[in-house]
Amino acid sequence: MKFLGYRRPDGGVGTRNYVGVLSTVVCANEVARAIAGQVKGAVAFSHQQGCCQTPPDLERVTQALSGLGRNPNLAAVLLVSLGCEGTDVAQVAKSIADCGKPVQIVVIQEEGGAAKTTAKGVLAAQQMAVAASKIPRVECASSELVLGLKCGSSDTTSGLAANPALGEAVERLVAEGGSVILGEVTEVIGAEHLLARQCKDENVARELLSLVERMEQRVKAMGVDMRGGQPTPGNIKGGLTTIEEKSLGAIAKIGGTVIQAVYEYGHRPEVKGLVFMDSPGREPELLTGMAAAGANLIVFTTGRGAPQGFPFVPVIKVTGNEVTWKKMQDHMDLSVHGVMDGEESLTHAGQRVYESIIETASGVETKAEVSGYVQAMDIYVTGPVI
Amino acid sequence: MRRDAIVIKRQDNVATAIRDIPAGKKAEVGVGEQSVGVTVSKDILFGHKLALRLIRNGEEIIKYGTVIGRATQDIQPGEHVHVHNVESTRGRGDLA
Repeated sequence: MKFLGYRRPDGGVGTRNYVGVLSTVVCANEVARAIAGQVKGAVAFSHQQGCCQTPPDLERVTQALSGLGRNPNLAAVLLVSLGCEGTDVAQVAKSIADCGKPVQIVVIQEEGGAAKTTAKGVLAAQQMAVAASKIPRVECASSELVLGLKCGSSDTTSGLAANPALGEAVERLVAEGGSVILGEVTEVIGAEHLLARQCKDENVARELLSLVERMEQRVKAMGVDMRGGQPTPGNIKGGLTTIEEKSLGAIAKIGGTVIQAVYEYGHRPEVKGLVFMDSPGREPELLTGMAAAGANLIVFTTGRGAPQGFPFVPVIKVTGNEVTWKKMQDHMDLSVHGVMDGEESLTHAGQRVYESIIETASGVETKAEVSGYVQAMDIYVTGPVI
Repeated sequence: MRRDAIVIKRQDNVATAIRDIPAGKKAEVGVGEQSVGVTVSKDILFGHKLALRLIRNGEEIIKYGTVIGRATQDIQPGEHVHVHNVESTRGRGDLA
C-alpha cells in the first residue's frame, strides 16, 4: 500500500511537516511554548527534565531530545535553551544537523530574557515554517511507516477487540516491510513468557525478559503491591483484575509478529519489522519515547476512553467499547466494538485499522489533532531529581 | 441465543461479560461455537469476569489459557471474579 508523506534528507518519511520548537530543559518550556504559539506550522515540545539529575538520566534526556529532533515529522528544529542546564544542547543540535535537517538554538540567558529570546525564536521559526511549507507530500511505500503502539485506559474490551484488531494491522504492515515499535514494559509482566516465544532468537528473548525483570524489580523495590498503580483504578473498574490479565490483553497488539530486536528507551530501531523498546505504560513518557525512536504514527487502543495525543506524531484512537465510542466521540477515531459480540470479524476490523493508518499517514487528521489534545509528553527517567 | 459472556480459551476457568448480567440470570456463556448456561449470583458488569466452576482458595485463575492470578478465597460457579477474591502474583513488593 502507498501513502503520501514528506521525504527527509536522511531518507526518513514524515506523516506531518512541522517546525519543532524543542525545550532543552524544564526551565525553558515557557519560551518554547510562546514561540510555537506565534508561528503557524510550529509545535512545541516541553518536558520536566534536563537539570539536577544523575548523569545517566541527563544522557537519556540528551538522547531523547536528539531523537525527537530527528523525527521525520519535523522539517526543521529550533532548540530553546536556558543556558545552564545539564542537557548537552550542542550534542542535540549536532545530532539533528547530522540528519540534514535545519536546526538553530536560542539561549535565554544569552539573549537576555524571555521576551528577547521569544522574539528571536519567532523570527527564526517563521523562516523555517515558510521553507517547510514548500516541501510537498509524495507517494511513499507503507514500508516507510514507523508505527508506535500504545494501549491506555484499558478495560477487558482492549484485550478482546481493539488490541487483536490492531494486531491484525501490525501483521500486515510488517509483512509489507514496515516498522513497528512495542513498548510498555510494565504491561508485559505476566505475559513475557509468551512474548519471549515470539522473539527472533534466544538472545532477543533474553534481552526482552531482562527488561521486564528490571521493571518489576524497580516496582518491587518500593515494598508494596503495585495493584492500584498497575493495573490502574480505571482498569480495575473496567474489569481488569491483575497486571497479568492486563498484559495478556496488551500483547495482542502485535498479533503473531516476530520481535526482531530489543532497545533502550527512545532508541531508533536499526532493523525493520517489530521491535520492543524499554518504556513505562504512562502516556507522556511512552508517546515521547515512540517519537524519539522515530515513530511517524502511533495507534493507541483504549477501553474507557484515553484522550491523549502528541504534538507532532498523529495518535489514532481505537476502542472496542461501544459505550466509550458513543460517549467519547470527540476523542475516538475508530471503533471495533462489533468484534465483541461477533458482529464484525477480527480480520475486517484489522483491515479498517490498517486503512485508518494509511489515511492518517497521508494527512487525515486525528481527533486528538483537531481538538488540540496533544500535550501528553515527557521524557522517561529512572533516577532521582537531585 | 444472545451471548452474555465469552470464554477465550477452553482451559479458562473464568468468562468475560460482554453485557451487564443481572443477578440470578442464567447467563449464556460462549465457548468457541458452543454455549453453556451459568447462573450468576450477583450483578456482573460489562467487561467483568465470572467463574465457570468452583475455584478453590489458592487455585490459579486462568484466562487467555494463561494464569492471571490466584484465588484468595473459594469462588463459586457464577460468582464475580475480581480484586476482592483474586490477587496478582506479580509486582508484589509487599511479599518480597
